[in-house]
Amino acid sequence: MKFGDFFIKIKKDKIPFAALIVLVLMYILITFADFFALYPSTYANRKLAYQPPSNIYVIDKNNKLVKHPYTYNYTKTFNEKYLTIEYKQDRTKKYPISLLGRGYEYKLFGIFKTNLHLISKPDDCNLFLLGTDINGHDVYSRLFFGGKISLTIGFLALLISFPIGAIYGGVSGYFGGKIDKILMRTAEAIMSVPSFYLLIILASILPSNMTSIQRFTLITAILALIGWAGFSRVIRGMVLSIKNQEYIKSIETIGASRKRIILKHILPQTSSYVIIAITLSVPSYILAESGLSFLGLGIQLPDASWGNMLREAQEFANILYRPWLLTPGFLIFIAVLSFNVLGDKIRDILDPKT
Amino acid sequence: MSTWAYIIKRLLGAIPILFIVSLISFFLIRLSPVDPLAQLKLNPAISAETIEKETKRLGLDKPIIVQYGLWAKNFISGNLGYCIDNTKVSTKIKSRILNTLLLSVVVIFSSWIIAIPLGVLGAVYYNSLFDKMLTILSSVGMAIPSFFFAILLLLFAQHTGWFPIGGLTSVDFSSMTPLSKIIDISWHLFLPAFVLTTISLSSLTRQMRANLLDVLNSEYVKFAYAKGLPKRKVIIKHALRNAINPIITLLGFEFAGLLSGAALTEYVFQYPGLGKLILEAVLQSDINLVMASLMFGSIMLIMGNILADILLKLTDPRVRV
Repeated sequence: MKFGDFFIKIKKDKIPFAALIVLVLMYILITFADFFALYPSTYANRKLAYQPPSNIYVIDKNNKLVKHPYTYNYTKTFNEKYLTIEYKQDRTKKYPISLLGRGYEYKLFGIFKTNLHLISKPDDCNLFLLGTDINGHDVYSRLFFGGKISLTIGFLALLISFPIGAIYGGVSGYFGGKIDKILMRTAEAIMSVPSFYLLIILASILPSNMTSIQRFTLITAILALIGWAGFSRVIRGMVLSIKNQEYIKSIETIGASRKRIILKHILPQTSSYVIIAITLSVPSYILAESGLSFLGLGIQLPDASWGNMLREAQEFANILYRPWLLTPGFLIFIAVLSFNVLGDKIRDILDPKT
Repeated sequence: MSTWAYIIKRLLGAIPILFIVSLISFFLIRLSPVDPLAQLKLNPAISAETIEKETKRLGLDKPIIVQYGLWAKNFISGNLGYCIDNTKVSTKIKSRILNTLLLSVVVIFSSWIIAIPLGVLGAVYYNSLFDKMLTILSSVGMAIPSFFFAILLLLFAQHTGWFPIGGLTSVDFSSMTPLSKIIDISWHLFLPAFVLTTISLSSLTRQMRANLLDVLNSEYVKFAYAKGLPKRKVIIKHALRNAINPIITLLGFEFAGLLSGAALTEYVFQYPGLGKLILEAVLQSDINLVMASLMFGSIMLIMGNILADILLKLTDPRVRV
C-alpha cells in the first residue's frame, strides 16, 4: 500500500486523524523545544521554589485592552504564624510580554545559534506559566524538554527491540528442532518474569555516576530488553507457517543461504504485523519510561522527563496545594491515547480481518 | 490426554523455565557492581559474626557458579536467607504475596464481571451511540498511566474523606471483630482495586466486543437466526460461549500485566504487596529479598498462565494438547 493511500484512509476517520494531528504537533513542539521554552533546560532558581503560575493580564485597570499583555512578579514572604512560605503578587511593576521576541541564546538542532523565542519577557521578570517545582525549575519549559525524552525513548527502544525480536523469532522458527526449543524456552523465561519487576531491577543496577547521555542510552537499552521476547514469539509463529510455502522451498532449491532466506524472503512477509505491533507498543514504552522515572530509577535530575517531573506528585502536600505539578501526567495521557487510537486505525487498515 | 495428566505435564514444563529465570536474574544481580552485603556491613546492629555467616551461606568467597548452586540448593530447601533488617525473607514475603494475590483476584473478578456484559452490549448494539461511547471510554481507560490515576484518586480520597489513604488495614485492626476486619480490608482495597480494574477492564471490554462481533458474523449464528430462535437465545446460548474462549486465554496475560501494573499502584497507595516489596528491596539493594520476590513473582505468573490454559481446556472441548 502506498503511503498516500494510507494517509487518505486515516484522514477519512475523524478521531484517528485528530490523534495523528495531536502527535505531529507534539513532535513539532519537542523538536523546537528551546524555541517554545522560556528558560534553558539547566535553569533552576532555588529561591523561587513552588511559585504558583503567573497570571497574564490583557485588560488594565481602566478596563481597556492593552497593547502588550503584562504580568507581575511574585514576592516571597514567610508566614511566621503558620510557618509557611507565601507568594504574593507585587503589583508595583508591570512586565510586558510579547510574542516572537528575544530570550536566552540556544542552538537550534545543535547547529544554528539563535535567541528567538515564541514568548519573550524582560530579563528581570519571573514569568512561570505553569509555576515552579521544588528546585525552582520552570514547569512550562520543562514540559518541552521532558517531552523530548519521554516521546523519543520509546521509539529508540523499539528500534533496538524489534530487529532483535524479528531475527530471534526468524531464526527460531526457520531452524526449528533443538535450536527452536532452546531459544523459545529462553524467551518464555524472560516473559515469565513480571516485566516491571525486571525493569526496576535492571534500572537499579545502573551505576549512579553516569552522565545523562549514558543513562538515557542504558535506560533505552533496558526498555528494549524487556520488549523483544513477546514479539519474537509471534514472529516465530508466523515464520513457521511461511517457511512451508512453496516459494521458500523453491528458493531453498536454488541454493540461497539460510541467512538470505530469513532476512530477505521470510521476515519481509511479516512487515504488516510488525508495523501494527510497533504503533501499538509505543505507548507501553512511554508508560514504562514514565513509571520508571516516577520511581526515581529512570531519567534523573537535572534532566527532565514527564515521569520524573511527576515525582513531585508523590508529596501529598504538592498535589493538594500545587496542582500545576500534575500537568506532565495529562500530557502522558494525551500522548498514549493518541498512539492507541492511531495504532488501532493502522491495524484496521493493514489487517482488515480484525 | 486427561486433565490431570495435562496439569502435571504443564507443571513439569514450568521447571526448566523457572531454572532459566533464576539463572538470568542471579547472574544479573551478582554481576552488577552492587555489594550484596553492603547494607549489612553498614548496619551497626549486625555483628561481624552474622556477616561472616551470610558470606559463607551465600558463598561469596567462591566462584559465581558455585554461588548459584548454593543459592539454588537453599531456595529449593526453602531457605531464602535474611533481609538487610535481619528478618527472615520467607516471613516477609509470605504476607506480601497473599496481599498481591488478593488484590489481583479482586481485580480480575471485578473486571470480568463488568467487562463481559459491556463488551456484549457493545457488540450487540454495534455502531450505536452506546458502542461509540464505550470505544472512547475504553481508549481513555487504557491510556491513563496507572500511577497518575492513582494519584488523582488519592486527591479525591483526601478531599472527600470517603476512603482511607494507604495501607491495607486501619490502626486498630487487631482489636476488631472478624466482620469489621473484612469490611476494613475491603475498604482499604477499594481504591487500588479501582485503579487496576479500570485499566484491565478497558482492554478486556474491547476484546470481548471484538470476539463477539466475529462470532455474530459466523455462519452458525446466521443459521440459528434463520431457524427462528429469538435474538436473546442466539446470543447467550450460541454466540457468547464461543466468544468467551479467547478471553480465557487472555486471563494469563492479564494476570501478568496485573503483577507489573500493580507494582506502581501499590507504591502510590502504600499497599503492602509484592510489587512494593520488590521496589523497596531494589532501592535498598537487598539482594536476598530481590531474588526471592523475583522468583515468586515469576512462579505466580507461570501459575496464572497454567491456570488459564486449564480453564480453557475445561470450557472448550475442542482444545487438545
